[in-house]
Amino acid sequence: MFPLVTNLRYLLPWQFSPTIFIACAVTVTLYVRGLMALGRGAARVGFWRAFTFFLGVTLCYAVLQTYVDYLSAHMFWIHRFQHLVLHHIGPVLIVLAGPDRVLRAGVPAGVRRMRIPAWIRSPIQVFFRLIQHPLIAPILFVGLIFFWLTPSIHFTAMIDTRRYDLMNWSMLADGLLFWWLMLAPRQVQGSTAIGYGTRLVILSLVAIPQHLLGAYITLHDTSLYDIYAICGRAWAVDPLYDQQIGGLLTWIPAAMMSLVGILVVLYHILHDPEATAPRRRLPSSVQPANSG
Amino acid sequence: MTGDFGVTATSHGAARRRRTTLCLAALVLSAALAACAGSGPPYTLKNITGLVQPLDFALMNQDNQAVTARDYRHELVLLYFGYTECPDECPTTLATLANALRALGPEASQVKVLFVSVDPQRDTTAVLKRYVNNFGPEFVGLRPDQAELTDLSKRYRIAYHYEKADQYGNYEVDHSNAVFIFDRDGRARLLALSDNTAQQVASDLRRLLASS
Repeated sequence: MFPLVTNLRYLLPWQFSPTIFIACAVTVTLYVRGLMALGRGAARVGFWRAFTFFLGVTLCYAVLQTYVDYLSAHMFWIHRFQHLVLHHIGPVLIVLAGPDRVLRAGVPAGVRRMRIPAWIRSPIQVFFRLIQHPLIAPILFVGLIFFWLTPSIHFTAMIDTRRYDLMNWSMLADGLLFWWLMLAPRQVQGSTAIGYGTRLVILSLVAIPQHLLGAYITLHDTSLYDIYAICGRAWAVDPLYDQQIGGLLTWIPAAMMSLVGILVVLYHILHDPEATAPRRRLPSSVQPANSG
Repeated sequence: MTGDFGVTATSHGAARRRRTTLCLAALVLSAALAACAGSGPPYTLKNITGLVQPLDFALMNQDNQAVTARDYRHELVLLYFGYTECPDECPTTLATLANALRALGPEASQVKVLFVSVDPQRDTTAVLKRYVNNFGPEFVGLRPDQAELTDLSKRYRIAYHYEKADQYGNYEVDHSNAVFIFDRDGRARLLALSDNTAQQVASDLRRLLASS
């Protein structure tokens, strides 16, 4: 019992973030409400879909709001693992679960009826279409990785709490946007939908700079990121060893996610439109109030 | 299209966040550029102006008196985390700082070095007092309890780690080796690193004293 109590602190946030807490709480609440609204009938959500969704959200929450967050700030390779989860694994799991239908069903009717004024909606739509453009989205995706790993910028992001939060938020937000664009079925993507062929090209291309950057960090024979020596590492480890593991995490698993993505897109190509067609025939009871 | 309410709502939320992110990133970049283009040649030490939180603490000093950051307003403060049984890093760093203060001459009276113990278990106030007295009158030993130490490590984003004790119960503590330098108003300004010389520290301290 006693060890359990002392170990609980590892599950508590190192630095509590209200924004992350609220974002996760709202997302999970909407999803659970959606699960209940869709019930056990024809529209029910399969166990593995729900499991994948919760796994993705839990992973993202865990790397941001548990002891892992402390370790990420003080060990380069754990920081790379944190970003692997935030920018790749977490968003891929969330998008693969196809949560849009469930989240939509979980939105309270009152909120669903609310109309967002055009002067707010249209600039957002324009901006959204811009960053989800097939040319811009991959540049943003790769650019953010390079940006935060630029040694001088990395230093300021690690020593300044606000930039640290900004860095992690930007990785998670961009991860969700990019993998949504890559992996969601075309039918649910609305105005920003892009073809499966284009997606295969993008997924192959974004892997290359990640390979190069990962290899550069792994094979670099001096320490690139001095912040970990300056502010102290979570435990004693050879700085170059730390850098090599971090480089490998940037190199192999991150680029491997492109392969996973390509397999998912191939699946879509093989099953389009049959696999996604039944989802359009929801019982009228679960159709969103403002559909049509 | 409107049927995709959930989709578009979440995507719009994310889009808004992204835009805020981009705006912030642009602001950060321009601020960094502005800082670089600021007055005079850059400091030799690492400039952390605007990046690190201001000086704030309430701890016990080596004379068992409760002191706070307010007690050190109007002085330059050099904040360093270490422990008295540290075999190499702490004595080297503190000696460098002592040399820098000697190089400052009479101006050193406007500077305080706060040595915060990351090993309060062994560093009693008496032990701290004997230790800091070796380095000079500007050196102050501060003894946090573990909870206060955790708060400080969050505030200044530093890490410390207790190694396994040997058969005699001796253990080492891995810790940060940075010296945080705060101006007279308690704002974090510079970061002295282990490869900075006493001369470099002294000349940057002199500039800070003159500018504030």
